[in-house]
Amino acid sequence: MQETPIAGNGLLSRRLYLRLAAAGAGSAVLLPAIANEPWERGSGQPPSGYGEPSRFARLTRERVGGHPFGPAAGSSSTPLQHLNGVLTPNSLHFERHHSGIPDIDPVRHRLTVHGRVRRPLRFSHESLLRYPLTSRVMFLECSGNSYQNTGAEAPDLTAGQLSGLLSCAEWTGVPLSLLLEEAGMLADAASGWLVAVGADASGNNRSLPLPIALGDAMVALYQNGEPLRPAQGYPMRLFVPGCEGNVSIKWLKALEVRDQPAHTREETSKYTDLLPDGSARQFTLRMEVKSIITSPSGRMRLPERGVYEISGLAWSGSGAIRRVEVSADGGRSWTDADLQTEAAALRPVRFRIPWRYAGAPALLMSRATDDTGAVQPSRDAALAGQSVQTFYHYNGIQSWRVDEQGRVSNAFA
Amino acid sequence: MRLRELWRALLAFLGVLLAAPTALGQDLGQDLGAGLSARLGVTATAADYVPTIGPDGEGLPAGRGTVAEGAQIYTRACAGCHGLGGELPGNALVGGVGTLSTSAARRTVGSYWPFATTLFDYVRRAMPYGNEKSLSDAEVYAVTAYVLHLNGIIDADSSLDAATLPQVRMPNRDGFVSAPAFQPYSR
Repeated sequence: MQETPIAGNGLLSRRLYLRLAAAGAGSAVLLPAIANEPWERGSGQPPSGYGEPSRFARLTRERVGGHPFGPAAGSSSTPLQHLNGVLTPNSLHFERHHSGIPDIDPVRHRLTVHGRVRRPLRFSHESLLRYPLTSRVMFLECSGNSYQNTGAEAPDLTAGQLSGLLSCAEWTGVPLSLLLEEAGMLADAASGWLVAVGADASGNNRSLPLPIALGDAMVALYQNGEPLRPAQGYPMRLFVPGCEGNVSIKWLKALEVRDQPAHTREETSKYTDLLPDGSARQFTLRMEVKSIITSPSGRMRLPERGVYEISGLAWSGSGAIRRVEVSADGGRSWTDADLQTEAAALRPVRFRIPWRYAGAPALLMSRATDDTGAVQPSRDAALAGQSVQTFYHYNGIQSWRVDEQGRVSNAFA
Repeated sequence: MRLRELWRALLAFLGVLLAAPTALGQDLGQDLGAGLSARLGVTATAADYVPTIGPDGEGLPAGRGTVAEGAQIYTRACAGCHGLGGELPGNALVGGVGTLSTSAARRTVGSYWPFATTLFDYVRRAMPYGNEKSLSDAEVYAVTAYVLHLNGIIDADSSLDAATLPQVRMPNRDGFVSAPAFQPYSR
């Protein structure tokens, strides 16, 4: 069969790839027949209450660590390179806690809506379960995700270690607008603010512009079908679609409607973007268009020459992913990858394209475009105009170098 | 005239039909929700409120603390992680003034934080780390005063309370620019 390259350095057309795969199946090496594997005789394990992965396929989060002054103030990352599709299993969703994970009794937990409202209200967890719920598949990304790529040298890390402060789940909750409407907002819907507070030891608090809060924010109660995990805010969290993870306050305890932002520690001292002149941008909430090839990716090794599938994730806080282009020659030539998830606003897509690794060095890149027309920038463009001390909201193109031995490593290109 | 109105009505109806798939798919849930919402909130009282202290100082509690009192509390409760003079790298509270436009920018309470009320709000809810919310309001005023004094922002004989804290002007008060516009986002 004739392979026709679709772009430089071995990128192949998807259609050819499928035919090759079919042809390959017919010519597979025949293994000697094994009469019976042990698991084909006798009975297996009985059903269980809460399922476990196969002992051959146990995954763990990466970069599980705490702050030197307090282990509870830390984070862990989703092992992106070991997952497929777009959903993150709840046990592998990234974590970032400021004073650890509280052990909240939902019967005693209350959500209070107060401030500039006609009727300050208190809601129990049980009462919120009776509200009209909405479900939506959405990503959550820490604004510090991929910060290691803003440094001077490319660290030799895996995809999860670099960009695993990104996860995706189906979130189910009460539209925030319902609760604010019930309390009777007095603040101006166009210029007012909402301060959300968590019930953890850090009492984490952030100000959110009302236009965003009233748009599509929710009080999330379920994650991928089950009640929120404690690490994700059980019994309830604020979820602000498309915005930096820090504003989606976990263990949500209070919503205070105000005319002005509160300028909390997390929106002044942290999560602000320093500029070269020493001033700083504040309330840069939206996460911008981004993608990453998860396979092949950092610290993997291609065992031999041959056809591989390049696969990855693309997402945008401004809309749906319209297009993902892939390059195998460091950006000299690009071609469109297949998008294998139905495009929807704030839902990541899985992209794939076949590639023949012929043993020559390659530089793999992906470049996403969202439906507002925003295109993921090069690393240089993403860093331009920022202070060298700025590391939030980095969305530059990720490059993976593949060498003659098939070793894959992080590269700045 | 009447024909034109009829025509307009027909066009409007067609418009509704055309918009229907998206409107039904995306908005119906919320519209229905507003109508059928359980409305189970019960009246909250001041005891339920969780105020965040902003630059106007609204909601600041009673109490008062001096720099001298703050020095003692700080040494006992804060110095372990922040250093006796608030200088410990990684957790520094002091220094860095004039560095923000350099490649060695150091962001501390003194060099970066735009409002003193933020310091009070944060210490009161989140500090001391591991023993959060253990300080009285007067002690939080005192520690706030001491950290501001370490940064040379208030004098050694100063004290802070609900009236004076919002008056403190921070060196980097005008150092922030807000993102230009917050677009409601829903589709």
